Amino acid sequence: MPLLGRDVVLVDALRSPFGRAKPDGLYAHTRADDIATAVVRDLLRRHPELPPEKIDEVAIAATSQVGDQGLTLGRTVGLLAGLPGEVPGYAIDRMCAGAMSAVTSVAAQVAVGAADAVLAGGVEHMGHHPLGKDADPNPRFLTERLVASDALVMGATAENLHDTYPALTRERADAYAEASQRKYAEALAAGHITPDLVPVGVPDPERGWGLATADEPPRPGTTVAGMADLPTPFRPGGRVTAATSSPLTDGATAALLTSADLAAELGLAPRARLVSYAYAGVDPALMGLGPVPATRKALDLAGLSIEDLGLIEINEAFAVQVLAFLDAFDIPDDDPRINPYGGAIAVGHPLAASGIRLMSQLARQFQAHPEVRYGLTTMCVGLGQGGSVIWANPHHAEEKENQR
Amino acid sequence: MTERITRALVRDVQLEDLGTLALITLENGAGPTKPITFGPEGMAELRTALERLSARAEAGEIVAVGVTGKQFHFAAGADLHEAAQLTTPEAARQIAEMGHETYAILADLPVPTFAYIGGVALGGGLELALACDYRTVSSAVRAVGLPEVFLGLIPGWGGTYHLPRLIGMENALQVIITNPLRNNTQLKAAQVGELGIADAVLDSADFLAESLRFTVSVLRGDITPERREPTPVDEAKTMIGAARQQVDARLHGAAPAAYRALDLLEVSATSERAESFEAENVALAELICSPQFAAGVYAFDLTSRRAKNPAGAPEADLARPVRSIGVAGAGLMASQLALLFARRMQVPVIMRDLDAERTERGVGYVSAELDTLVAKGRIGEAEANRIRSLVSGTTDLADLAEADLVIEAVFEELSVKQQVFADLEQVIRPDAVLATNTSALSITDMAAHLAHPERVVGLHFFNPVAQMPLVEVIRTERTDDATYATAFTVAKACRKSAIAVADAPGFVVNRLLVRLLGEVLGSLEEGTDVTVADRALRPMGLPMGPFQLLQLVGPAVAGHVLDTLREQLGDRYPDSPGLQQMIADGAPFVIFEGRPSAGSPVDPQIARYFGSRSEVGGQDEAALLARVQQALADEVRMMLDEQVVAEKEDIDLGMILGAGWPFHLGGITPYLQREGALA
Repeated sequence: MPLLGRDVVLVDALRSPFGRAKPDGLYAHTRADDIATAVVRDLLRRHPELPPEKIDEVAIAATSQVGDQGLTLGRTVGLLAGLPGEVPGYAIDRMCAGAMSAVTSVAAQVAVGAADAVLAGGVEHMGHHPLGKDADPNPRFLTERLVASDALVMGATAENLHDTYPALTRERADAYAEASQRKYAEALAAGHITPDLVPVGVPDPERGWGLATADEPPRPGTTVAGMADLPTPFRPGGRVTAATSSPLTDGATAALLTSADLAAELGLAPRARLVSYAYAGVDPALMGLGPVPATRKALDLAGLSIEDLGLIEINEAFAVQVLAFLDAFDIPDDDPRINPYGGAIAVGHPLAASGIRLMSQLARQFQAHPEVRYGLTTMCVGLGQGGSVIWANPHHAEEKENQR
Repeated sequence: MTERITRALVRDVQLEDLGTLALITLENGAGPTKPITFGPEGMAELRTALERLSARAEAGEIVAVGVTGKQFHFAAGADLHEAAQLTTPEAARQIAEMGHETYAILADLPVPTFAYIGGVALGGGLELALACDYRTVSSAVRAVGLPEVFLGLIPGWGGTYHLPRLIGMENALQVIITNPLRNNTQLKAAQVGELGIADAVLDSADFLAESLRFTVSVLRGDITPERREPTPVDEAKTMIGAARQQVDARLHGAAPAAYRALDLLEVSATSERAESFEAENVALAELICSPQFAAGVYAFDLTSRRAKNPAGAPEADLARPVRSIGVAGAGLMASQLALLFARRMQVPVIMRDLDAERTERGVGYVSAELDTLVAKGRIGEAEANRIRSLVSGTTDLADLAEADLVIEAVFEELSVKQQVFADLEQVIRPDAVLATNTSALSITDMAAHLAHPERVVGLHFFNPVAQMPLVEVIRTERTDDATYATAFTVAKACRKSAIAVADAPGFVVNRLLVRLLGEVLGSLEEGTDVTVADRALRPMGLPMGPFQLLQLVGPAVAGHVLDTLREQLGDRYPDSPGLQQMIADGAPFVIFEGRPSAGSPVDPQIARYFGSRSEVGGQDEAALLARVQQALADEVRMMLDEQVVAEKEDIDLGMILGAGWPFHLGGITPYLQREGALA
């Protein structure tokens, strides 16, 4: 059964170039809220048909909501971006699925008729806010064995997947990671990446101002052979390496969603239509499995099956976690529907920002593949969750028909 | 003082498919508050960077050059302290040449050049931007201008050449002459755009990215910033002539910088770049070594540094909290004080006077002033309501019992004030501060009969309280540190600049101003012509002449203070029968309607009141000027000997902020020293 309520469309989804979270990284001297502000402003600049005062809500996610990511990001970024003071906003957190949750939350507001035009976004400056740095996990988690002792270390949960499913080998993971880097490099060269990037002015007291226009994390030319000798930082003798993990990343994303009616009224060209979404919990020690039940739920809600999905954007927190998803749905490792522009292993994973990056890339692929009707964005979430959003392609003939 | 070196960091930026822009960032690594300035090393680094870019541009490696500053700062021009230390015209000329040569490299680059003004752009900083082909400015910028004339200099790094060409002579005169002389008024982003100094005003949120987008549009030809036709030479000369007359009316030749700047603009209107730059070199070399510039830097330091950290103030943490204030009296001064405290300190203020009619009038005054502020858009309705709710009136002294500080602003009569303090002491807490706003009475005497004289302090605000930036904070020998520190924190919370003064008659400002007025009145009594006296002090460059000042203060008040100071300091504060008679007759010194101003002409009829000692014989203009200079120098010397203030700097700060002594004269002591009256 499709979603209840009004049709909601993704008008646009943009992101900052991603930077490496390190002291000499692209955004080492840039505030997280400034990156998010730049993306929101470019989003509005690209859609002058939508007067800013028409925006009914701003939801922006971050995993660490302190410092330059504190103080109710949806509100602060709205004010910093120059939105009218009348536009409300809030902050949101579902760790890695922050931006995804921001999108589905505000989309639901549109669907029930509480809003017509909404902004969603996510930001994570992992250089300023390493995952879990300011967290204080309740001691009951471990003393009462509510979760396994390694459930809070994401790399360890990836190792756990290798243990649980012997078919998930390091060789498969390395090959997958190599492909991710290659697919990203090809997409970049083909001009599929840059159109959705927002140039961000970056101050730097040692190098002077610069303009961030390209992703910093990718390592083009990465080969399986080159990965062979990499250490396994999460476990001695383990299988997960830096090459098969997403790098620590700084970046921000933002999306504009409206009711289908408002888009038509203002002449906004939707890039995707929301079909269904779902979140699901799994064993925190195997958090990488999260996309599997979440996707099943979302497919059920949409009345679709996995075969109906012509494109799948899955977040690559770890290669092994993508492979676990593929095995669950009997999809080959090199299926061309999976992350055609590469994934987080190449481009990086600024936690709460990544969900909209998936949507942005899916939307770009929709444009290139009008024969595809449905696509999926999905991701795993720390502490054992998954999130999945199914989208329809407005360029598809039947969707166009429906629009009329 | 060592140079805080501004580095010229160069980073390449890809402009879509157009090629590479070399982006120069001016950065001094000193954080968001310290402005970017240029000393010799910083300028040399910029020059080296530009020379490299010149070669790269010739080689076709770059298609454009951008210049920007660090966050909140573009550049604030030459390092003033560095410049002020130069003593020879040759060294000063080098400063001028260095800037011209460096900026000329930028202006002559074979690729388009852009300045992205993301923050403060003043003086040589703005001139750097003017040397570029195009400029953008961030919507949040509030300080753009050429303040050189204010400091006793001229824009000497190409400003007088470039600016009239860019924005026309009339606008250039405003930026180079009028604004600096109007309390150093600076331009906000919108004005920078309107005047045509910047080609685009861009939102501050993503200013650099937007500026680079603008750059791409210009390079592609999608945007062609407008350039005006040059102002025809004869029109330009007419405008300069008119400006010269205005400057004359204001300065009477007292400050050379404005006149030199006018000369340079005339050169600019009639000459090419080399000639214009050379004229700037000559003028700057001369002015940097001039006493006026030294005075300007001295005054700048006083008002920007010493005013914020008053010499002689005790540690601020000794101060007691002030959560409510009582004002004894509800007259005009008391009402002004009540408004100030309520507005700036945001604490309850109770005005107490003898009858309800007076207190109602006082509270009504506050309310009416708030209405005016709202009408002018200075504060909102809600803020006016908040301030209004803080101010109340009473006739019951006991209502002041809970006040942490009570200031008296009653009639200037020692016995009256003593009685008020004695009454207050019966009701207020033993640790509450008792302050007086007296302008000339002895605070020691005021406190003499109190049980707690240690909590008595002088807080001398100037009239009009809202506008005058100075407070004299006066301690007696018995005032304790906590009381004194509290008085300074109150002054600061009221956003006033304070100077520490001992309890001496007239304190600083009135003692010197009344001495000046006394000399003029004395001179009239000796037979000096009124028009001569009216003109004699013009070379001092004071904001108004003695007769306008006498009228503004009010002849009766002036006479009262003159009498008080004569009683305490002696006959050098002379008796003036003419003044007494004018007070009796209610005769004004100047012809005015409403409120007297600097432009109100002196009434020649007043001559008939004076001449009681005409046997002595009057003076001509020069002699009267010399007489007043000598008198002021004597008084300053005595004040320093008596340790009325710790250092002469405090006298200068007091006269600049409290008497409007011209900034370019550097306060009173540098002026008197230059004139030879003071050693």
